[in-house]
Amino acid sequence: MKPRHQRFLLITLGVAALAVAGMFVLNAFQSNLVFFFTPTQVSNGEAPKGRAFRVGGMVKEGSLVKDGENVQFVITDFAHDVPVVYKGLLPDLFKEGKGVVAQGKLSQDNGFAASEVLAKHDENYMPPEAKHALDEAAASRAAKSVMPSK
Amino acid sequence: MIVEIGHFALILAACVALVQGVLPLAGTAFDHQRWQALARPSAAVQFLLIAFSFGVLAHGALTDDFSIKYIAEHSNSLLPAQYKFASVWGGHEGSLLLWMLMLSGWTVSVALFSRTLPLAMVARVIGILGLVSTGFLMFILTTSSPFERLLPAAPDGRDLNPLLQDPGLVIHPPMLYMGYVGFSVAFAFSVAALMSGRMDAAWARWSRPWTVVAWIFMTAGIALGSWWAYYELGWGGWWFWDPVENASLMPWLFGTALIHALMVTDKRGGFKAWSVLLAIGAFSLSLLGTFLVRSGVLTSVHAFASDPKRGVFILIFLALVVGISLTLFAWRAPKATLGGKIGLVSRESMLLVNSVLLVVATGAVLLGTVYPLIVDALNLGKLSVGAPYFNAVFVPLMVPVVFLMVPGGISHWRESRLKELGQDMLVPAIAAVLAGLAVWTLTERGSWLTAMGTALAVWVVVGLVMQIVARLQKPGRIAPSFWGMHLAHLGIAVVVVGITMVKGYEVERDVRMGLNDTVSIENYSFELTGVSQVDGPNYKAIRAEFKVSKDGQFLELMKPEKRKYFSSAMPMTEAAIDTGLFRDLYLSLGEAIEGSTPQWSVRVFYKPFVSWIWYGAILMVLGGLFAVSDRRYRNSAASVA
Repeated sequence: MKPRHQRFLLITLGVAALAVAGMFVLNAFQSNLVFFFTPTQVSNGEAPKGRAFRVGGMVKEGSLVKDGENVQFVITDFAHDVPVVYKGLLPDLFKEGKGVVAQGKLSQDNGFAASEVLAKHDENYMPPEAKHALDEAAASRAAKSVMPSK
Repeated sequence: MIVEIGHFALILAACVALVQGVLPLAGTAFDHQRWQALARPSAAVQFLLIAFSFGVLAHGALTDDFSIKYIAEHSNSLLPAQYKFASVWGGHEGSLLLWMLMLSGWTVSVALFSRTLPLAMVARVIGILGLVSTGFLMFILTTSSPFERLLPAAPDGRDLNPLLQDPGLVIHPPMLYMGYVGFSVAFAFSVAALMSGRMDAAWARWSRPWTVVAWIFMTAGIALGSWWAYYELGWGGWWFWDPVENASLMPWLFGTALIHALMVTDKRGGFKAWSVLLAIGAFSLSLLGTFLVRSGVLTSVHAFASDPKRGVFILIFLALVVGISLTLFAWRAPKATLGGKIGLVSRESMLLVNSVLLVVATGAVLLGTVYPLIVDALNLGKLSVGAPYFNAVFVPLMVPVVFLMVPGGISHWRESRLKELGQDMLVPAIAAVLAGLAVWTLTERGSWLTAMGTALAVWVVVGLVMQIVARLQKPGRIAPSFWGMHLAHLGIAVVVVGITMVKGYEVERDVRMGLNDTVSIENYSFELTGVSQVDGPNYKAIRAEFKVSKDGQFLELMKPEKRKYFSSAMPMTEAAIDTGLFRDLYLSLGEAIEGSTPQWSVRVFYKPFVSWIWYGAILMVLGGLFAVSDRRYRNSAASVA
């Protein structure tokens, strides 16, 4: 091979490798995005069926039922509730009346089967997603109370 | 009073930094020797001032001066002395002061160890570091002074976050910061080279040892952080693809690519523009890391600030650094001469492929880390990118990198014969394939992934042993950097073994246990023999006692705890870990389950080879130390000058 051909081959190979790597990265990226939904959005049916997503809000007071590793609780934004089932140890900071974010899929009966309940490091800390859900619900309630009902 | 003096020293330091940033650079532009000569003394004065003000804050922490707002928020009179000291960098303001202390420390070392460099080069490098330092000091003084007073003084402090009360965490942030900040030196050298317009290979030789030292600290810092997460969080994980971990991984990947590119620039005169670009990238990613970790965009144990002003300041600073240096690059880089001819199969071409792969991997990590933040900032919804994405992307990109380490080491500069290379690689290839097949077929849970991991590790180890043997047969003294390179590469192989084994063969069991219940994993059994109350200096704990036996033989007692710190309501899991060379046993105590007989939820892990991940990091650090100990750096710097 002449040096010119060799350099051409090198550049072509490099660009091809980069393109393949890029496609592969974007593909993995696309299929691993986890979207966040508020309890209100979930009960309005906006959440996808069959795809994992996150839901956040407060753990409803008095809703926690434990049977060994099988745990049930309710995530609420004080407008709508989402019942959650989970199997495993709960994080240290999981408490009724505190913020929580769960990741999982919708189950057949419109409940939420969590694969992960997110552990956070600080007691004073509110997961941003959970805070967002509460703010949204509060804002829509406020908007409703101002708007005259039909 | 002394606190105000500390504050004043910091203001003075900012003035000195401005002098250090402006006059020496102006001196090189107007060829004014006296101004250039100001670089070294001003760096020394700045360092002393910052060290003094850091000392004042540390003194305040150790003497429980709760009239300092920062100390009141991050320390407590009950805290053991070493954690009082660590609380100095336990929050946003203090950790920035530590950042500055290190930047000025790096600058002063450049001033001390650059006697053989031409004065103009020293003036440029120290001047650039002075500008960076001016920016950061302005940031501290205007938005995050640690010297603010609290009137009246608090009776006691709020305490350091219990998670941070740990020996590993006393040294993790300083190590990591040394790495982050250390890349500023490589950055300053490469920008200085751009400014001088002389894009020869000399600057690469000068900046090589500095880059390696920064990389050593970074490696150690990341490994310490991962080790801390492993034993302190009680989840048994050692890497979570948390944005904060990613923030430290990205400059490390760039730094690794930079070390190798600089070698090519130094030895062969090639990759000049590429090295400059990597150096700019590594430092920009360090700044981005600081922004991500400290601005409060990520809310986690690392994010202290919630003041948007701070985030905006760092972001503007980052934009300035990247913008100015890339403009300079676009203007000056075309003047760089090309190195010698590069063959399709040569050491250069493989180093190039690997550094490109490392950059692509960094890009992928950056995408996954920053995309959710951008989407959120633009109000387009909330989403997250989880560990599956990072694993799916990172592993396939790293496999060819590790693979190419062997042919890259064997092949010659400029041009290698494919046939010769193939012959040299035959033995490692056969060893790797055999080892992979053995693991796949002979172990119970073997899969093609464990086979590939094992094969890669064996490939690297056999490959480097052959290179060492070949080198020993040749005459001549072997330079320490030769051993350094192979030690570091051996470290990579050891890390690969650790990750492969723990991913492939770990066992995790979540169980409910009452007194005298037993749970068995592999050939180990764990019997819960007692639960008691324990009082610590600033916490109360429930401590469980497990009798661990192997094949029916008593082995040891393991005592995991659940702690409650007085200063906060948050419970803490203190796992019990038995570390061995080939396996870790890991017990973490969950909460008590109410019922007629008391029971506790317990998480039991069997983790084969997990400690190899950190042994590998130690080898990499040792390799780096060997490399910088090489006298060639010092002598050649003199001969080039």
